Amino acid sequence: MIMLTWLLRRDLLLAIRRKSDVLTTLFFFVIMVSLFPLGVGPEPQLLKAMGPGVLWVAALLASMLSLGRLFAADYADGTLEQMLLCPESLALIVLAKAAIHWLASELPLVLMAPLLGLQFGLSGDALWVLTLSLLLGTPVLSLVGAIGASLTLGLRGGGVLVSLLVLPLYIPVLIFGAGAVDASTSGLGAGGHLSILGALLVLALLATPKAVAAALRISLE
Amino acid sequence: MRGDSRLFSEVGFLLEPGGLLHVRGPNGSGKSSLLRMLCGLILPEAGEIRWNGVNIRHSHDYNRALTYLGHLNGIKEELSGLENLRINCGIAGFDIGEKTAIDALERIGLDGREHLPVNVLSQGQRRRVMLARLLVARTPLWILDEPLVALDADAIGLMRSLFELHLENGGMLILTTHQELEIAAGTTQEIRLSS
Repeated sequence: MIMLTWLLRRDLLLAIRRKSDVLTTLFFFVIMVSLFPLGVGPEPQLLKAMGPGVLWVAALLASMLSLGRLFAADYADGTLEQMLLCPESLALIVLAKAAIHWLASELPLVLMAPLLGLQFGLSGDALWVLTLSLLLGTPVLSLVGAIGASLTLGLRGGGVLVSLLVLPLYIPVLIFGAGAVDASTSGLGAGGHLSILGALLVLALLATPKAVAAALRISLE
Repeated sequence: MRGDSRLFSEVGFLLEPGGLLHVRGPNGSGKSSLLRMLCGLILPEAGEIRWNGVNIRHSHDYNRALTYLGHLNGIKEELSGLENLRINCGIAGFDIGEKTAIDALERIGLDGREHLPVNVLSQGQRRRVMLARLLVARTPLWILDEPLVALDADAIGLMRSLFELHLENGGMLILTTHQELEIAAGTTQEIRLSS
């Protein structure tokens, strides 16, 4: 456990020292979401209908943007091989790294989302459901994204490849995330969608760390 | 094996407490690959690496006993030397206090620079930040890949005495270096890899 605390401490410290990384992801999200109302015009019904989808897609893309940093820096400076030699289980280390990635890159998006949702005229209830769905869904993005990031370590053009590998895997999260908000605005209740998002999160928590650990071992060989 | 090419075969040795293994060979002969294999970072195509009689793949205490320092420094540019040293030791499984860490950095010739971010240090100084781990490590097996690169004569002298102390205390050391290094302690073996 001591080793994990040190790892968490290091990554938090790095996130604080590299504020620009956190801010670029956040601003990308804000700008992308803001472009849509400007592009499609001020029709309230239309905006209300596309709001949840736009916010969710923007969150997916913003999270892709930060995936490259998940392991690449550690790989380049040799700290990743030291982590592989750490006596702690590699799957736990991966989990810790994904947790910090979520905290630094995704949580700011989740907190910003309700504010941006106002641009689309979403109601109070819908904003709540949106935040909740992002809160459940974004950790899945970090975990699944970690698979792509670890498989493409050290490859040229890895960034684009990560998108191609990972975006299709994000589809279920997108469907149920945006679907939750739609269901709530149309009066069906978002419970079912949110439960499925929760189930996806549990599945990702259980399955991905081991997969990422294996991919990292292969990438470093 | 790297890709389709066979780098070396029939390499065998037994290292005992106080033993030094010097891996020699020209560039590209597979020295680094051999060392990474000994750490468990690469799987050997055939054969076994054992620690206390147990294959390192199944050994529970091997990673605790091992300190590996490779070509890459394994330090973070944005963090200071002191933070890097404490964090790296922490991740390797031993907690060291701030005082111990500062002492180690001072001994390795970085006094007054402990709190500077590593990206303002020179190559040799960065190397020293990484090597400072050896001053505080309590692991019996050190595997060092070209530890003396970028170091000046003073630092090389310090490293040599550190290696000698480690061997005298019953530690084990596996290293590659192109520099001539006279180590007057322990028992020395050599492996020569041909290109």
